[in-house]
Order: sequence, then C-alpha cells, then structure tokens
Amino acid sequence: MKNLLEAQNLKAYYRLVDGIQIRAVDGVTLELRPNEVLGIAGESGCGKSTLAAVISLTHNPPLHVIDGEVTANGFDLLRLPKEQARREIKGKYISVVPQGAMNALNPTQRVRNFAIDMLQEHQPDMTKQDAVDLARARLQELSLPERVLTSYPHELSGGMKQRTVIVLSTLLNPKVLIADEPTSALDVSSQRAVIRLLMTLLDEQIITSIAFITHELPLLRQVADRIAVMYAGKLVEVGTMEEIIFQPQHPYTKALMGSMLVPERHVREQRIEGIPGVPPDLKNPPAGCRFHPRCTQRIEWCTQEEPPPKTVGDRTTWCWLMH
Amino acid sequence: MVLANALNNSKKQRQPLLQVENLTKVFGSGKNEVIAVDDVSFEIYPGEIISLLGESGSGKTTTARMILRLSQPTRGRILFKGKDIQAMKGVDYWRQVQAIFQDPFSSFNSFYSVHSFLSKAFRLKGNHVSKSQQRAMMEEAMKKVGLNAEELLFKRPHELSGGQRQRLMIARALLISPELLIADEPTSMIDASSRVGILNMLMDLSRNLGMSIMFITHDIGLAYYTSDRLLIMNKGRIVERGPSVEVVENPTDEYTRRLLADVPTLSKRWAL
Repeated sequence: MKNLLEAQNLKAYYRLVDGIQIRAVDGVTLELRPNEVLGIAGESGCGKSTLAAVISLTHNPPLHVIDGEVTANGFDLLRLPKEQARREIKGKYISVVPQGAMNALNPTQRVRNFAIDMLQEHQPDMTKQDAVDLARARLQELSLPERVLTSYPHELSGGMKQRTVIVLSTLLNPKVLIADEPTSALDVSSQRAVIRLLMTLLDEQIITSIAFITHELPLLRQVADRIAVMYAGKLVEVGTMEEIIFQPQHPYTKALMGSMLVPERHVREQRIEGIPGVPPDLKNPPAGCRFHPRCTQRIEWCTQEEPPPKTVGDRTTWCWLMH
Repeated sequence: MVLANALNNSKKQRQPLLQVENLTKVFGSGKNEVIAVDDVSFEIYPGEIISLLGESGSGKTTTARMILRLSQPTRGRILFKGKDIQAMKGVDYWRQVQAIFQDPFSSFNSFYSVHSFLSKAFRLKGNHVSKSQQRAMMEEAMKKVGLNAEELLFKRPHELSGGQRQRLMIARALLISPELLIADEPTSMIDASSRVGILNMLMDLSRNLGMSIMFITHDIGLAYYTSDRLLIMNKGRIVERGPSVEVVENPTDEYTRRLLADVPTLSKRWAL
C-alpha cells in the first residue's frame, strides 16, 4: 500500500502587511504511511500546527502555500478545486481535529446538530435522521454513551467533549486523521481515555493512520510509530519512535528530550538543563541551520549552509555533524 | 519508616513557616452545596519546596486562594509564623507571601506597562530604592527569566505572549523575594526547553535565600523534579503525602496509583 499523504518541499508562509512574511513551514518533505501513528513534535512556533492546517486543507489567509505539493489518494491537493476537495477529500479521506476543537462546539446547540451539520456538509443528500442514526451507531460501537448526542457541550466533561469531537469527525471513515494537540488541556486520566479512543479507531480500521501533533514527547512515546521533530519551520529529524526517544541524533532533539520532566528517577538524580536562548524570528530566520545560534555542537558550516538530509534506514537527520 | 520518623523529628525542632489547620471551603448551600476543600491540614517549613498536586476540580487552587487571603475559609485557620493570617495586615502579609498565577496579567489593567507593573514590587517592599537603581534591578530580574528589557519594558500586557507574561510574573517575584512563594501552574505556557531553566532559577532562589515554595500543579513531572514533598489532592482532600520519591515510587493511595499510571513516562509504554 502506498503512502496515504505526502508533502513535498512544502512552504507555507503567513503574509503580513508591508510584504513581511513569516516562514512558518519552510521546505518540509514528509509522508504518512499506512497503518501508522506519525508524531509531529516541536515547541510553540515551530510550524507544526501550520503544517497540520495545510495538509488538512484548512489553511486560510494570511497563511499562503508558497511552494511544494501535497498529494493524497492520487490528487494534487493544493491544486484541487475547493468544491471537489470538499466532496472527495475532506472528512472522507482526510479529517482534522484542530487544536482546541472541543471548545469550538456551539454552546447553544445539542451535540447531535454538530453531527448533522458535519455529515450534510460532506454528503448533502443525507437526511437528519440518517446522520443521527449513524452517529448513534458509532458511539455504541465504541462503547461511548449515546446521551452525548442530546447533550449540550457544557454538560460534558472536557475529556468527553474531545472524544465526541473525534468520533463525529471520523464518522465517514477517513483514511487519515490529523489530530492537533488532541489532549493538551485535559487531565491525565481523560488524556489516556482520548488516546485509547484513537487507538480503537485504528484497531477497528475506522481510520488507517494518524498524524498526531503535540509538544509532548512522553505522549508520543506511548502512541507513535514514527516521530518527526520540527524546529523553526523545518524538520530536524525523522525516525522511528525508538530512534527519536532513545537515540536522538540531532542536537535539538537531544536537548529537547533532555528537558522532559517525567516522574522517573533519572530526573531527580541530576540537574536538568533546558536549552538557553529562544527560537529564531521566522520573519528573518538565520542562515545555515536554524538551530545553530542555540546549538552547543555547532561547527563553522552550520552558520553558513543549510544541512542537507542524511538518511540511514528509517531515520533522516538534517545536521552537518552527520555528514 | 525509620527514615520518615527521623525526618519528622528534625522537622519538629523547626518552627513551620505556614500551618494550614483543618481548612475547609464550602461553596453554595443546601442541595447546591459543594465542598471544594475538605478538612485539609499541612505545613510548610522554611526553605522547603512542596507541591500540592491534583487534577482540575481537586480544590488545589481554592486552597491556594485561601492561603493568599483571596478567599475566606469556611472553617479552619492558616497560621504564618504562628500568627493567624486573618489577623495580619494585608501589606505585611503580602510582603512575605507572594504568588505567581497561571496568567495574572489577563486580569490586569491593560494600560499598565511592564515597567509600572514591576515598579509596584518596590512599593510593596517599602524600602527606598532610587529610580535608577530600580531600573537596573528590573532589567536584571528580566534578564534572569530570559526577557529582553530593552525590547519589553514599555510594552503592555496584550503585546506579550503567555510565556512572556509568566516570565514577567516570575521576574516580579524575584524582585520581591518573599519568604513564601505560591506558584500556581507558573510555567504552563512556557515550552519544555525553557521551562526547566525557569524552574531551576526558582529552586536556586529557594536554596540560596531560604525561600519556601509551594507549587500548585497538575504536572507530576514538574512536582517530582522540584519538590521535597508532595501532597496529592483529590475531591477536596489530601489523599496522600510524603517525600517526592516515596510518593512516586511507592504510592499507597488508590487514587495516587491511578494518577501515576496515567502519566506518560519514557520507560514504559501503556497497554492500551
């Protein structure tokens, strides 16, 4: 089976007044393979949510795709007419749960109306009753309470709202689910319930693969098959979960992994140091490797030329030290 | 157990900085009654770092608000250096007990610049410092938390990011250097790679100046890394307490066990 989604040298910039551009995603090449959870990790402003918006075709001005392509299901997504994308791709092939989605439910409407709107948007000939029946059957299948359909959003806990949004977003059995920080505002027990739901959706083959966007690497340790690490609009390292978590190669991945505060003995046995400095301004990113101003291992090359990718097995690293 | 006893004995010889006794907070009445904090007692010793750890709705922030005198206890009392805090003069108390909130600036007057926000710290301290000295101290405190004073000193709250506002709160705490700092999710909007640096700074401040810190957090990793002791709160009650390593490695309470099992760690992969 071939890749479900591919981004080729994707560049997406925010265009501000006076010709200023924020180069949020700047040359990303990445594929989502069948039957995998691909973690896309990085800190605020690294471009991970921008990438999610573009590959799910939910980007809006001032964000513009400058270059590159996204292919899925044989389509060149970025050049697909809007109407066709809505009918053939969105919700059916690619579905997205954007950041904070659970708080975007209309507070004055029962949850079932969201299901009806969502389904009729993509399948205009579906009746309201069919839409509600479909949603109810799916909730039953996943052992979630049917009552959420007749509830108002404020009557549900945060974890339940988020699970409901995920279930309703996948009613049309999309191949790809793009989940942007699906658990970030939740307690750990609700977080685990959301993760369990995502895994069930995969096991039941309701969806085929997930792009899981998060800043939390310990969470990706739990769910991801592969992890792509972004920094300042670019990928720095992509590899299997084990490679990224346990044998990171790029100095940024190493430093980021080293800053994780998990409740495990090694964390208390030493002083953990974060990464000094701040990420670069993406209006005017530094030449060479974008991490070089904060990198403790930089060599002269790093300040001048962008590191080309170096691939060994499943892992690709963008760092001069690897060459 | 022997170790715990020895620890208790050594503590008994010291006077606690803060004592919380049978603290209870009830909201509403009749059938709408909610017991947010239910008969909570603990103490904080000088120079100690503790964490009050719980999920949303556990009552941890309500407890913090009562300690800060922002909310009246329904029952119980809070003693600071042996004195009931309700009987103390506000300014005297807040000079010694300060707080960092998740996003305090959101409730602040948005016409105040960073400069005027920080200069209030000097007024609270009450000691006379010349304007130029104040400026130098502000710049130094901002630098310590990774903020550029030159760029930000005359900005207004809405021009700063969440992380910058939290850093600013910490800079203000540095200027006041209270004896007890109540830190309610102080780094929730700061990225992992910078968060550790800021926590290290607070821990150094505690070590070097003897400042006590109480973290109010749901972040078990943060609590474990920073704290001498943990208090686990659930449904208004403290369900487990003890030295951080003991609580995390050998939890005895059922709720604590479940909580720890749900925290993603690096060593184990969940069975889902």
